[in-house]
Amino acid sequence: MSAGNGSAHGSESVKVAINNLSFYYGKFKALKNITLPLYRNKVTAFIGPSGCGKSTLLRVLNRIYEMYPNQYAEGEVLLDGENILDRGLDVTLLRAKVGMVFQKPTPFPMTIFDNIAFGVQLYENHPKSELDGRVELALRRAALWDEVKDKLHASGMSLSGGQQQRLCIARSVAIKPELMLFDEPCSALDPISTAKIEELIAELSEDYTIAIVTHNMQQASRVSDYSAFMFLGELVEFDVTEKLFTTPSNKQTENYITGRFG
Amino acid sequence: MVDLALKEDATSKPATSRMPGNLGSDRTFRAISVSSAVAVLVMFTGIMAALIYGAWPAISAFGLSFLWTEIWNPVTQKFGAVAPIYGTLVTSLIAMLIAVPVGIGIAIFLTELCPPSLRRPIGIAVELLAGIPSIIYGIWGLFVLAPFVQQYVMPPVIDAFSNVPVLSDLFAGPPYGIGIFTAGVILAIMVLPFITAVSRDVFLAVPPVLKEAAYGLGATKWEVEYNVVLPYARGGVVGGIMLALGRALGETMAVTFVIGNANRVSTSLFAPGTTISASIANEFTEAVGPLYAPALVFLGLILFFVTVIVLGAAQYMLYRLEKRAGGKS
Repeated sequence: MSAGNGSAHGSESVKVAINNLSFYYGKFKALKNITLPLYRNKVTAFIGPSGCGKSTLLRVLNRIYEMYPNQYAEGEVLLDGENILDRGLDVTLLRAKVGMVFQKPTPFPMTIFDNIAFGVQLYENHPKSELDGRVELALRRAALWDEVKDKLHASGMSLSGGQQQRLCIARSVAIKPELMLFDEPCSALDPISTAKIEELIAELSEDYTIAIVTHNMQQASRVSDYSAFMFLGELVEFDVTEKLFTTPSNKQTENYITGRFG
Repeated sequence: MVDLALKEDATSKPATSRMPGNLGSDRTFRAISVSSAVAVLVMFTGIMAALIYGAWPAISAFGLSFLWTEIWNPVTQKFGAVAPIYGTLVTSLIAMLIAVPVGIGIAIFLTELCPPSLRRPIGIAVELLAGIPSIIYGIWGLFVLAPFVQQYVMPPVIDAFSNVPVLSDLFAGPPYGIGIFTAGVILAIMVLPFITAVSRDVFLAVPPVLKEAAYGLGATKWEVEYNVVLPYARGGVVGGIMLALGRALGETMAVTFVIGNANRVSTSLFAPGTTISASIANEFTEAVGPLYAPALVFLGLILFFVTVIVLGAAQYMLYRLEKRAGGKS
């Protein structure tokens, strides 16, 4: 799972370039001039103590923060060279390209089938037969198909927590995003479900660029190629995961990953 | 100080008896709460029994045919309940057709679209509507709404539909201003706050992360509201609608003012009619003869059942909906 053969990050292609990004909750500055790349088809983990701004950073990437008043971002986030913080940008199309999976599973109050079909139908008009195919494909990608194929018309809320979380992943995958954001996707799950989701993230990284926020240091080292350590709204260190966890160049990072604070 | 307290604690023995007063108060508490619950049942059956007793002469004279007889003739002492039942159901239906979409619309506006600074003023204004006494709605309906409807609503509608089959019958006749339709409009305004207040509260209870997930897929506001928020809040919204429906079915004073109090069934919604509660309120003072007053009580008994049946049906519908959607997690 290490980044290639420990190559320098220059040789990877940049999917998302975050340049000098600051974020405000009203007057409170939650992100301070973050500059960071997300590499194509790589998993980047964000670690750091609670309140360090790692979830906030994810919420900028699909502009979900705009749902709330008094939250705004400054700086530049280039997705394939296009600044997603541009005022004129169509956020619904941005969100089609940037999928998000949350801390708690969020199945919609509808059937398992409709949970997947809902997102697809926002963008594409399919005849029933093709839609069936899309739903099956998405559920297979999320390793959920075998468990739910006989009850596609049961409520999405009737599934177990781990299954619900995979349903949410399937829902995101179904609309073919380019970047997937995971905000502590396993914090509400048992170890077996967690292992399944981690496996899934590794598989998905073949096709997607992935950013994951986690509180679990082992998880970060297991699933990610690159890691970013954040503290009090600042990016302290960003490096290849292996290097960041074995020979961090910053004292704060070392203290955090060895459990001396945080 | 601290040391002393600790020392005392260590030497004290475990409790072997209760303070006597506490046991007694537990018993009293239980007795009071049980008798309160029983009182409700006693009252319910008491009202039921009183209605049946009061209506008995009419029940034995007309039997079930009361339900499908349209005649209402105090002179010959022949009575039938079709017109009031029809009026009750149709005015409530009109009220619901107007109030449900508008009420839910206001609730969505208040929770999702409204600038935060307007949220409280509009919310309070809607709630104040619920506090206006029904007699005031009645006066307003008779002196303001009815003339308005007579002048600006009824004539164009009657003209517009005069050549359309079915609709020409529904919207026909001289524009009196008062009538079934106007009563339905007044009822809609009166029950609106119930639907809005309850819907708003259940919309606010939808977990923000669920909405974020839907927006995160790129859904628009309408798509999120219609596909995620409304289904999630469905139970509560239907509850609010039932509350409103219960009020609409039984509302007396405002309806009596504007419905025209004509004891007949007309196909036209613009024609005067009556409802069960309006008939009772209007005619009780002049109910002479052996069967007149009992017939009115019989009407009351029917209203009792109509309300129970309609609300029961609504509950059943809700149960079916919930079952189909699966339990909430």
